Amino acid sequence: MEHLEIRDIQKSFGSNRVLDGVNFSTEKGEFVSLLGPSGSGKSTLFRMIGGISSPSSGDVLLEGNSIKNHPGSVSYTPQTPSLMPWRSILDNVLLGQEISGKKDEEMAAQMLERAGLSGFEQAYPHELSGGMKQRVSFIRSILSPQPLILLDEPFSALDEFTRTDMQKWLLSMWSEHQRSILFVTHNIEEAIFLSDRVIVLSQRPAKVIKEFEIPFERPRKEEILLSEEFLYMKKDIYQEMRSSHASANY
Amino acid sequence: MRKWIELGWRPLLVITLLFIVWEVCISFFDVPDWLLPAPSQIFGLMISDWTNYSHHVFSTVELVLIGFVIGSSVGVIVAISLHLVPFLKQSMYPLLILSQNIPVIVLAPLLVIWFGFGILPKIIVITLVCFFPIAIALLDGFRRTDRDLMHYMKMAGATKKQIFWKLEWPHALPSLFSGLKISATYSVMGAVISEWLGASEGIGVYMTLASSSFRTDRVFVAIFIIVALSLLFFLLIMWLEKMTIRWQASEEGDSHGTSRNS
Repeated sequence: MEHLEIRDIQKSFGSNRVLDGVNFSTEKGEFVSLLGPSGSGKSTLFRMIGGISSPSSGDVLLEGNSIKNHPGSVSYTPQTPSLMPWRSILDNVLLGQEISGKKDEEMAAQMLERAGLSGFEQAYPHELSGGMKQRVSFIRSILSPQPLILLDEPFSALDEFTRTDMQKWLLSMWSEHQRSILFVTHNIEEAIFLSDRVIVLSQRPAKVIKEFEIPFERPRKEEILLSEEFLYMKKDIYQEMRSSHASANY
Repeated sequence: MRKWIELGWRPLLVITLLFIVWEVCISFFDVPDWLLPAPSQIFGLMISDWTNYSHHVFSTVELVLIGFVIGSSVGVIVAISLHLVPFLKQSMYPLLILSQNIPVIVLAPLLVIWFGFGILPKIIVITLVCFFPIAIALLDGFRRTDRDLMHYMKMAGATKKQIFWKLEWPHALPSLFSGLKISATYSVMGAVISEWLGASEGIGVYMTLASSSFRTDRVFVAIFIIVALSLLFFLLIMWLEKMTIRWQASEEGDSHGTSRNS
């Protein structure tokens, strides 16, 4: 059974059509990336999966139930770390649990330790680097009880080296916890490196142009970034995006 | 503590210099006491006359404390209700500003006519001058709540109550304290004005008695005490702020001396 199913979602703001019948689904435990040019309506789609904006038509299903207009059905990692400056790191990662009801401090402390953040439990966010804050933000998502995690371009503000480290770290966390992840990005390489499947969105009004199965076996090493298959894959996806881009412009 | 001394010596030096210039001018131009007494004379009187006016000081401090607590509570309640009920904000905001346009000097005698000479009209005067800076600062704090955090809270399915207590309230705390700092100094002024209306004791009474009997030196004693009290309340709030808000990276050179010229 599909875990998350996006069923023919359309959304217009006045006469401005943003989403034009988006259809896709993800399996339980799968890592899926949503790849699209910036301004393609990815954030709008996320707001609908998050339940804080309702589609003009179509439905969002999670484990068979409609989560349209049901905020809090999925766990969310925003683009900026969005940590509360007045909370310690430990209290910050507990926030998602606090909102949904049940706190597990021991588990949280364990997770922080495994993420290489031990000793920072009582620190405040302003004492941490950008990469560390993003890790805290992701741990907050994993600790939240929802079965699906949405990641909204979480590494876009990081430098190249930190980003690669964070990608590897994310994969290790994911394989350890086996949660379903829907990852939004506009970086092709990042999408291929991380995902089981890449879903390519067109420009506005957005719809799914093509899906790519990523065959590389896990655990993935950094070396595959330079392998021939990887580059072919990247070229394929790039051309697909390019042609849609061109057809939208001419 | 060392940091305080480091930051405090400059304004202290300026004040000391000011007093020296004042003292020198008085003796050089031979200014009579009833026109302008010398600082040494004022400080001397402050010490020697202490037993005569101490009960006035305590009475004012008590009034300020009660008035400030009530005034700031009103400010906080007004801000929260205006923030949570948009309709109230639209309809009441202009009224809030209007409340500050009526001169307290004009309003005060009216309050005496309505409520007599008891503590109630005095509390009303202090509340009127106190609540406004707090309400405005706090409303501003609520309004500037971080958008990304708000987005996160909504996506996480937080209720309106959770959003308020977990996000908006702590986020607005620094703003609340800026309001409290302003109100703390205002409340002393408000108390003195309210005592002019008719009270049996208080710095305001002491001041009225002194000026009507041309005891300029005592008027200055009253002024110095008012300044000292305002400063004290200001520092108290600053200390409370430091105790409450521990998460901000310490800012260089806080505004220690803003109330010195009051």
